[in-house]
Amino acid sequence: MSNKILEVKNIVKQFHDPITISVLKDISFSIDKGEFVSITGKSGCGKSTLLYVLSTMDTDYEGELIIDGQSMAKRKEAELAKVRNEKIGFVFQFHYLLNEFSVLRNVMLPALKMNKFNKDEIEAKAIEKLKILEIEKEALKRPNQLSGGQKQRVAIARALINDPIIILGDEPTGNLDKKNSQNVFDIFKELSQSFGQSLLIVTHDADFADRTDRIIEMEDGKIISLGK
Amino acid sequence: MNRFKLIYEIALQLLKARWKQTLVAAIGVTFSITMFITLLGFMNGLNTLLDGLILNRTPHIKLYNEIKPSAIQPIEKDSTLNNTHHFIESIKPFAGKPEIRNASAIMNYLKKDVRVNGVAPKISAQVFYNVGAVDLTGAINGIDVEAESKLFFFQDYVVKGNYVDLKNIPNSIILGKGAADKMLAKIGDVIQVTTAKGDRVQLKVVGYFQSGLADIDKVQSYTSISTAQKILGKPNSYITDIQIKLKVIEQAPKVAKEYARLFEIDAEDIQTANAQFETGSSVRTTISYAVGITLLIVAGFGIYNILNMMIYEKMDSIAILKATGFSGKDVKYIFVSIALSIGFFGGLAGLGFGFLASAGIDQIPFNTSALPTVETYPVDYNPKYYVIGIIFSLITTYFAGLFPAKKASKIDPVIIIRGK
Ligand SMILES: Nc1ncnc2c1ncn2[C@@H]1O[C@H](COP(=O)(O)OP(=O)(O)OP(=O)(O)O)[C@@H](O)[C@H]1O
Ligand SMILES: [Mg+2]
Repeated sequence: MSNKILEVKNIVKQFHDPITISVLKDISFSIDKGEFVSITGKSGCGKSTLLYVLSTMDTDYEGELIIDGQSMAKRKEAELAKVRNEKIGFVFQFHYLLNEFSVLRNVMLPALKMNKFNKDEIEAKAIEKLKILEIEKEALKRPNQLSGGQKQRVAIARALINDPIIILGDEPTGNLDKKNSQNVFDIFKELSQSFGQSLLIVTHDADFADRTDRIIEMEDGKIISLGK
Repeated sequence: MNRFKLIYEIALQLLKARWKQTLVAAIGVTFSITMFITLLGFMNGLNTLLDGLILNRTPHIKLYNEIKPSAIQPIEKDSTLNNTHHFIESIKPFAGKPEIRNASAIMNYLKKDVRVNGVAPKISAQVFYNVGAVDLTGAINGIDVEAESKLFFFQDYVVKGNYVDLKNIPNSIILGKGAADKMLAKIGDVIQVTTAKGDRVQLKVVGYFQSGLADIDKVQSYTSISTAQKILGKPNSYITDIQIKLKVIEQAPKVAKEYARLFEIDAEDIQTANAQFETGSSVRTTISYAVGITLLIVAGFGIYNILNMMIYEKMDSIAILKATGFSGKDVKYIFVSIALSIGFFGGLAGLGFGFLASAGIDQIPFNTSALPTVETYPVDYNPKYYVIGIIFSLITTYFAGLFPAKKASKIDPVIIIRGK
C-alpha cells in the first residue's frame, strides 16, 4: 500500500465541445515505486488526456488522483504547480526547451524554482544529470543548436533534476528515429534499474512497450488490461 | 535562488531575445519622461520667475490705514445723545493717506513675533514730476533702504547707480526707469517734484529702478524714509505702511486678521492681493503634467503591444514553465517585470535626457528689459519632478504590462502542448 506512488480511482473525463464525449471512462490503476510502466492503445483512445490529468495540469475531471499518498483534489493552482515542480518529471514528444537559455540553464530551471539548494549545488547536479544522459558536452550550447535526439535527452535531464517520484512521458520517442528511440529507451531502462526511478510512458512503439515492466492497454477511454 | 531573482532572470532573457522591440518600447518611455521633466522644469522655472516678480517685492502682510470715512462719527461718541437719531449727511473721508499711529511701537512688537521674518516701514506719497512745463504723475516710496534690500531684494532692481546712496546722500531719489526716460534724467541730475499739497522739492537722481512691470516703472520712485518725510513736511514719526514678511507665507491671511484686530488697522495679506497669480501657475503646471502623462500613456500602449506579441510568440515557453512547476503567478510576475524593467530603465534614461534638455534650456539667452536679473531661460531642477517622473513611468508600464501578464498567467499548458 505504502508502495504506491501514483494512484487513480474512477477517473472520468469529458469534453463538451462540440458535443459531450467521454474520453476517459472510469479509469483506475496504480503504480508502485520503481515500476517502469508503458501505456499503449489506438490513436484517439485517450492516452494523452490521461497523462495530462496525471500531470496535474488538467484539473477538469471527476474521480481521484493520489500522488505520493496525497489527494490532488481541490488543490490550488500554485500548490499543483509545486507538486509538478517537486514530484513529477515530464517528457513530451516535442522537446520544449527554452531557446533563450543554455542547455545547462534549461536543466537547472526547475531546481532553481524549487529553491531547496544553492546555485552551485544545482549546477553540479544538473551536470551530473547531463552526464547520465551523456550530453554534458553540449551544456553551454543553446537548445536550438542541438539535434532532435540530443534535445530529448536534455528534456529527460531536466525531468530528472528535482529527483521526481515519477517520470511521465507522452510518446517521448515518437519524434525520433530508430537509433535515437533505442537510445532513449536504454536511458529509461537504466534509470529504472540503477536508480529505482518510476516511469509511466505512453508509446505507440510495440517493441518499446514490450520491454517495460508492465503494459497498460487502453481502448476507447477504458483500460482493457493492466498488464502483469 | 530567490524566487524573484529567478523570475527577473527569466524576464531578462525574454527581453534579450526581443531586444529590438524592447528598445523601441523603452525609447517611447524615455521620450515621454524627457518631455515631462523638461516641460515641468521649464514651466516651473517660469512660474517661479513670474511669481518672484510679485512675491519678492510684495509684503506678505501690509498694515495701513485705508482712506475711508470713520465708522464712528464724533456725534456718536456723545453719550448724552445715545437715544436719539443722528442725521449726518455727506460724510467725507479725512484728506490724504492717514499715518499709522504708534508706528514704531507696532514695529517693535512685530519684530518680537516669532512668526515674523522681517518688518519694513514705508511712506507712500503722490507727487508730480516736473518736466519743463509738463507735470507727470508719480508716486514716491520712502523706504528703509536696508530693510527693503533684505526683505524685498531692492538692490536687484536698481539697474544703475548704487542703492546705498539713497541712504547716504540727503535728498536723493532713485527713479523708475520709465520715469527717468521720460524726464531725460541722468544720474547726478537734480529733478523737481511737486507734492500733493503744492510744495516743490528738488531731489538728486542717484540711480534707476526697473521692476519688470513697465507701468510701475513709469510712475514709482524711491527715496529714503527721512527724505520722504521732508518732502511731505511731516515729523519723523510719520509712516503710512508697515510691510511684513512672514516665515511661512501660508499663514498670511490668518495673521493679517489677527493684526487688524490687535492694532485696529487695515491689514492686507498677499493671497488676497494677488489671487490671480496662483491661477496662472497652476494652469501651467497642469498643462505640463497633462502633456507628460499623455505621452506616457502612448508609450504604455507601445509596451502593451510588445508584451502581447511576446506572449503570443512565447506560448511554448510559458507552457513549459508551467509544466515544470512555475505557477500562474510566477508567469504573471515574469511579464510584469519585463514591463517594469522597460519602464524603469526607459524612465531612468528619460530623467537623464530630461536633465540634459533642462540644462540646455538653461543656457539659452533670455534677455528682456523687463527682467534685469535674468540672463537665460529659467529652469527649475526640483528633484520632486524627477521622483514623480520615475514613479509615473513605473506606474504606467506596470499597468501596460499587467493585462498581457494576466493573459499569460491564464494560458493553459495542456492546450499548447496538445496543439503541437
Ligand atoms: N480539447 C478537446 N476537445 C474535444 N475533444 C478532445 C479534446 N482533446 C482531445 N479530444 C478528444 O479526446 C480523444 C482522446 O484524445 P487523446 O489526445 O488523449 O488521444 P491519444 O490516445 O493520445 O491519441 P494519439 O495516440 O493520437 O496521441 C480524441 O478523440 C480527441 O479527439
Ligand atoms: Mg496522444
